This record gives sequence, C-alpha cells and structure tokens, in this order.
Amino acid sequence: MTRAGSAPAEHRERAAALVRRAGAPLALAVLLVVGTAAFGDGFASARNAGNIALDSSYLVLIAVGMTFVIISGGIDLSVGSVFALAGVLTAYGAQWGSVAAVALPLVVCGLIGLANGLLVGRARMAPFIVTLAALLFARGLAFAASQEGNRVHLIPADLALTRIGQARVLGVGAPVLVALVVFAIGLVVLNRTRFGQAVYAIGGSSEGAELMGLPVARVKASVYVLSALLAAVAGILVAAQTSSGLPTIGEGRELEAIAAVVIGGTLLTGGAGTLVGTLVGVLLLKVVQNVINQIGTLDAYYQQLASGVFLLVVVLVQAGLARRRTGGGRGVPT
Amino acid sequence: MAEHAAAPPPGGDSPDSPDRPANGTPTIEVTDVSKHFGGIAALDRVSLTLLAGEVHALVGENGAGKSTLIKIITGVHPPDGGSLRHRGAEVSFGGPRDAQAAGISTIYQELNLVPQMSVARNLFLGREPRGRLGLIDTAGMHRAARQVLGRYGVAVDVRRPLGELGLGVQQMVAMARAVATTGRGASVVVMDEPTSSLEPREVDRLAEVIDVLRADGVAVLYVSHRLDEVFRLAQRVTVLRDGRRVHTGPVAATDRLGLVAMMLGRRVDEVRAHGRTRFGEAHTGRAGEPVLRASGLTRRHALSGVDLEVHAGEVVGLAGLLGSGRSETARAVFGVDPLDSGSISVAGATARRWSPAAAIAAGIGLVSEDRKAEGIIADLSVRDNIVLAALPRLTRAGFVSDRRCDEVVEVFVRRLRIKIADPDQPVRDLSGGNQQKVLLARMLCLHPRVLLLDEPTRGIDVGAKAEIQALVDELAATGLGVVLISSELEEVVEGASRVLVLRDGRVVDVLTGDGIGEHQIMSAIAGASDEPGPAGDG
Repeated sequence: MTRAGSAPAEHRERAAALVRRAGAPLALAVLLVVGTAAFGDGFASARNAGNIALDSSYLVLIAVGMTFVIISGGIDLSVGSVFALAGVLTAYGAQWGSVAAVALPLVVCGLIGLANGLLVGRARMAPFIVTLAALLFARGLAFAASQEGNRVHLIPADLALTRIGQARVLGVGAPVLVALVVFAIGLVVLNRTRFGQAVYAIGGSSEGAELMGLPVARVKASVYVLSALLAAVAGILVAAQTSSGLPTIGEGRELEAIAAVVIGGTLLTGGAGTLVGTLVGVLLLKVVQNVINQIGTLDAYYQQLASGVFLLVVVLVQAGLARRRTGGGRGVPT
Repeated sequence: MAEHAAAPPPGGDSPDSPDRPANGTPTIEVTDVSKHFGGIAALDRVSLTLLAGEVHALVGENGAGKSTLIKIITGVHPPDGGSLRHRGAEVSFGGPRDAQAAGISTIYQELNLVPQMSVARNLFLGREPRGRLGLIDTAGMHRAARQVLGRYGVAVDVRRPLGELGLGVQQMVAMARAVATTGRGASVVVMDEPTSSLEPREVDRLAEVIDVLRADGVAVLYVSHRLDEVFRLAQRVTVLRDGRRVHTGPVAATDRLGLVAMMLGRRVDEVRAHGRTRFGEAHTGRAGEPVLRASGLTRRHALSGVDLEVHAGEVVGLAGLLGSGRSETARAVFGVDPLDSGSISVAGATARRWSPAAAIAAGIGLVSEDRKAEGIIADLSVRDNIVLAALPRLTRAGFVSDRRCDEVVEVFVRRLRIKIADPDQPVRDLSGGNQQKVLLARMLCLHPRVLLLDEPTRGIDVGAKAEIQALVDELAATGLGVVLISSELEEVVEGASRVLVLRDGRVVDVLTGDGIGEHQIMSAIAGASDEPGPAGDG
C-alpha cells in the first residue's frame, strides 16, 4: 500500500510529454514519406501540395481560434455554423459591394462570438451548452438568409473581393496566404502578449488567475470573439473562392477543428498547447485525407477512420498525463 | 535572523487596546467587521490592526473565521458591516484586483499559480515586462525572474513548468510573486499557512524573506496553526474563535499554554467537573488483538510515523489542533489520502491496495468532519443517503432490492432515534444532529468493526450532541472500536479511554485512565517542554 511519487512515474510523464509534443509531427513526417514512396509524383508534386494547402487553409483559420478557446479551458462548437453563416452573409452583402460583403459577416459573427463570450465569461455558463446554442442559432440564421437554401446569393465576378479572393501570389492562393498571416499573428499574440499569457493562465487555473488579479471574464469573452471572427474570415474566403454562399457547408467543421487542435497536443482541459501543434494537426488530418484519396479504391470513410485513430491515440496519451497529475497530486490537509 | 523578534510592548494585552510598537503606523485597520453566510455569522464584529513592519499572527481553530477575515482584507468578500481602512483611508475593494492594486498581496494555502506555465511566467503573470510593440520581452522576463528568485536563494531554471518543481519551490515562487507585486507601494502581505508544504530548511528561508519584508515596512499577516512559527516569527498575535476575536497581544507576553487554551476556548486554571457530556464510564475495550492496527503512518507534510491501535469496544480519542494530524490520520486509515509509508491491518489482515472501498470491505467506517461536502447528499432522501454505501450488499443480480433497503433503513432510524417524518424526505430538511445520525446509520449498516468519527458533534445543538455522545457509548458497548476526533476537549476527555495527542503530524503523548484531562491534553499540544516566548534564535 505504499505509494510514493517515484522516479519511474516522472520518466513516464516525460515520455508522455514527448509523445504529446513530437507525436503529431512524427506521424506527419512518416505519412509524407509513405505517401511519396507509394504514389511518387502523384503525391509529392507542387500541384498536390497546393491542393493540400488550400484545403487546409480554412481549417487552419478555424483551428487557430479554437486553440485559443481550448487553451483557455473552453470549447467552441459554433464555428462550423458561423463559418457557413459568414459565407452566406458575404454573398448576401456582395450586392452592396466588397466592403459590405466583408463587413456584414464580420459584424454579425463577431456579435455571435461576443454573446458566446459574455455568457461563458460573465454569466459563467458552460461553454459546451452556450456554443451548442450558437451552433443551432447561426445555422438557422444562415438558412433564413438564403430562404432555406432555396436562394443562393452569387458574388459578381467583377467585385474586388472576388478578384482578391481568387488571386494567386507565386502560385499560392489567397486563402493560404491569409491563413499563414493569421497563424503568424496568432503565434505572437499567444506567446508574446499579456493577453496570450492570460489565456494560458485561465485555462491552467481559472481560480488562480482570478486571485492573481487577471481579467478573467474579459479574456474568456475575447477568445470566443476571436474564434467567431476567424471562422467568419474562413467563411468569407470560401465565398470569394466559390463566388457563392451556401448555408449547408461546414457541418462538422467544429469537430474537425477540435480534433486538429487536440492531435496537435493541446490539452482539452486547458492550460497547455501550442499553435504550431495545431498547424501540424490540421496538416496531418488533411494529408491523411489526401493519401486516402490517392489510393482511390478506398472509400472516403477511411479518412475519418484514420483521423479517429490518431485522435484516440493522442487522447489516450493525454489521459495518461492527467492521471499522473491527479494521482500523485497534493492532498489538501483539512 | 529575527534579532528584534518583538518590539517592547508599551501597553497591556487587553483585546480592546492592542498595543502598538512605537515605530508602527497602522497599515490596515479592520474595525467591527462582520460577515454572514446564509444566516450564519462567520465573523462577528472583529477588529484587527496591522502595523507597518510587523508580523501579525492570526490563529484559531476550524470555523474561527480566519479565512473569512483574510478574504475581506484581500477583497474577495465584501464585509456585511464594519469598516476597512488602508493607510488611513477607508476602502472597499470590488475584488482581489482592487486589493492588489492597493498593494495587498496574498499567498493562499492552495497555491494560486498555474502549474503548466513556466516559473518566470507565473512570477510575472499580468505584469510581464514589455518591449517594442507592447510584446513581452521574454529574455528580460527570464533575467528578472532569476534576479527576483535569487534574492530569496532559489536557484531554478525559470523556464521550467512550475508544476515540475517541488512544492517548496512552488511556495517560494508564490511568495516571490506576492512580494514582487507589492514591491511598488508595498504595504501588506497575507500568508495563509505558508509553511504547510515546506521543509524546515525552506521555513528558514521564508523567515529570511519575512525579515526583508519587515525591514521594508511591509505588514505581514501570518496565518498558521504551527505554534512554533508563531512564536518564532510574529511580534503580535490575534486569536479568533467562533467568528469572534478573543485576544490580541504581543507574542512576548503570551505563553503557549495560554494561547492553546484561548484557541480551544478554555482557561488554563479552569478545572471542570466531569459530567458535561453524555459519555458514560470509559470503554477500555476488550483484551486480545486490536481490531485496527495502523503503524508508522507517514504522508509528506501531514503525518510522520503515527501509530494507532483500537481494540473492540474501545473508544480512542485523537486530540490536537487543526492540522496536527487528527483528521489526516482518520483519512489515511480510511484510504482517502495515499500514504508514503506505513501499514494498516484490520483484525490481523493487511490489505494490499488501500482505498475507501477496501477499508469499507475490511470493516472500517468514517464519518467525515465535513458533513456538507463529504457526507450527506442533501437532495437525496434519508433512505437513499442511508443505504448509499451499503448498496453493493443490498443488490441482487444488479438490481437494488427495495424491500431489503427498507428493512435496513427502518432498523437504523429506530436504533439511532433519527427524527424523520418519512424516509423519502430529503436530508436537507433535517436538523444538523439528525443529518449526523443519518451519516452514522450509513456507516453502521455496513456492520463495521471500527468507526472513525471526525468531529461528530460539530455544528449541532446541545441536545443532539448529547444524543450522539450517548450513541457512541452504546456502539462501543456492543463491541465496536471507535476512534473519536473532537476539538471539544471534554468530549475526548470523557468519551475516550485512551487519548493520542498529535502535533505536527506526530503523536506527542498518549494519555490513559486518570492521566486523561484537559490540562494534560493542552500541555501536550502546547509542547510544554519547549521554552515559551519568542525564540529569537540570534
């Protein structure tokens, strides 16, 4: 019955932390090698890389916001719907020009994020429920704005937004560039600003952060606004790419984003995680999809199956970590 | 290190005119502050003055109001009545942020840091040094962190996650953070049990830090149940009991026994007659093998080498101050807190993996001191509360047998004289005494051989107390081994046939027979062998 905090436990924790940090990049590297070996130029070509990058860019935008939310100890289920709503509003606003096409979705989605944030941060409601409500609300709004999907708003081809959205710089599409810029800004904000540090602190110990005098409610509210705005940017870019706004897109995007964030090593319980990990997580998901597409004979279901396995492995490792933490944790003498 | 352990006391130690060292100006003045929670007074017109450059110890037992008072000073709770003055000006804090902005910092017992973040980030959270573009200057922060910690002799890699470091180091980081926060316009540092997870060497270092603070004119409010530290570090001491202030005075003019007596609500010279409880004659227990034998119970910072033996039919008392290891012993025996070392055997059998489930299976029952948090489930019915722990035994093929539950509930409601209208009424509607009986019933229907009772009569009225005491007697008479923990000395004195006195996680005295008395217990708690008064240790 002797149970003492011992060296093996520490080693195990180190190993688990290593897997958490390096596991996803390693899996990605293996996957790239295997893909190249198996499919040669069909896989390892600039064109295919461009496809993967474009495909990943929307998810990167959403997942960057999700990373902030999850590190703060929350969750945002509404981003898939907000993504679709933003697309619809972009197409709807395009009738008044490019500025309206961008401003309308940003304002509406920003307000949805603000509502989420205030309910979670100030009213202290559970993020799962609040953002589930927002998921339904935003999807409903997207359908209402397009008369239950019967009316598809089209974005005129001569609009500045269309031209910018479909532009390519050095062969790289605008969504990819936007995603890269947002990612870079996100890195700086999360790691080098007081706001970013507060996000970590709140996720690590909300009560501790409060007692340390950090503006907990304000920071919590901010991460949901950020998440909604980034989902909106992704929606705007999709609309610009496709010249239309469809209310049906983005279903399950929120779960895909959560999966990418967790595969990237961010703890679902909050307090720890990195944006670089999230980027790797997104790429991993997308490369798996791409490889399975290459095989051709395999059904698309295998994409989800493979993603599921990755997610499970990561979560198992995290659970091992968490158990080590609470098991040997300090008891509170009464 | 503390050459001037106490300033010469110019006045007496009457609670109404706390003396002031000549150099001290009041930093915090708490005047007649009251605080109620749900109709219960946690603080009743308490006054406290903190002087610049003094260490003021705040002591008291459970429920004395220490935490509430701290939280009022640090802005967590607004007071219901009375006033709070900071540097002469009346203040009302909207939250911890306001208090911190005013220069009042707190080191809570529960470390309020973020274990996943690095040491440096924890130190500077919310006030990180910023360079160009308002971005955090990471290198500068690390440098500053090393410098700050270096002042207190802590040499660690400031980039490591805080959680990977020992609790002592974490505590020092919390300390450094608090001190650094008050560095600009420093005024007050509140330390809530700062040494509960420190090694002796680290306590010495803390004492040095406190000296630095005092020299800077900071007022330190030092909450501790370790009397050694109170006498070593503090110049004045305030005793709270049941939400009231019972004493404020210079430590130099206070002796240990007197302090313990005030905390427990006793007077040293008072020798009371027997018969204040409903305990009958002492139950010395049956001869032969002890039914419970725990030896060498050790848990870091909580217990060191506690031995406990209980015979069938014996009532063993555990006495000591809050945090002395009373409840910790009970929790260890019941398998709630893991042990670092030690062994527990029931009726000669030792379990390999100890847990509450294993303890129950072996025949140990615990009625926890925190009835609300760890005991009753307020919204469930009396019936469900009673059969909760016994459900595995009342279940056949996965289904709970209602008939057998009803039988069990009926037997114990009658036997323990639980006053209820209906077994299906929610437990929250019952009085405290009856709730306690429900908890007793829950443990008794498991047919335990040993029952651990942690403060079984706290917070219940006098009549119910007497009933519970009589019940304990009856149970012991039927051959149950009982471990009785109580901060009411007369309960331990009259109820137990053997009393273990604990201090700092150790059994410091074992009293038996006529040797059991309030005075003997208090002397053992106070550590009468140590010399009284402040230990200047110069």
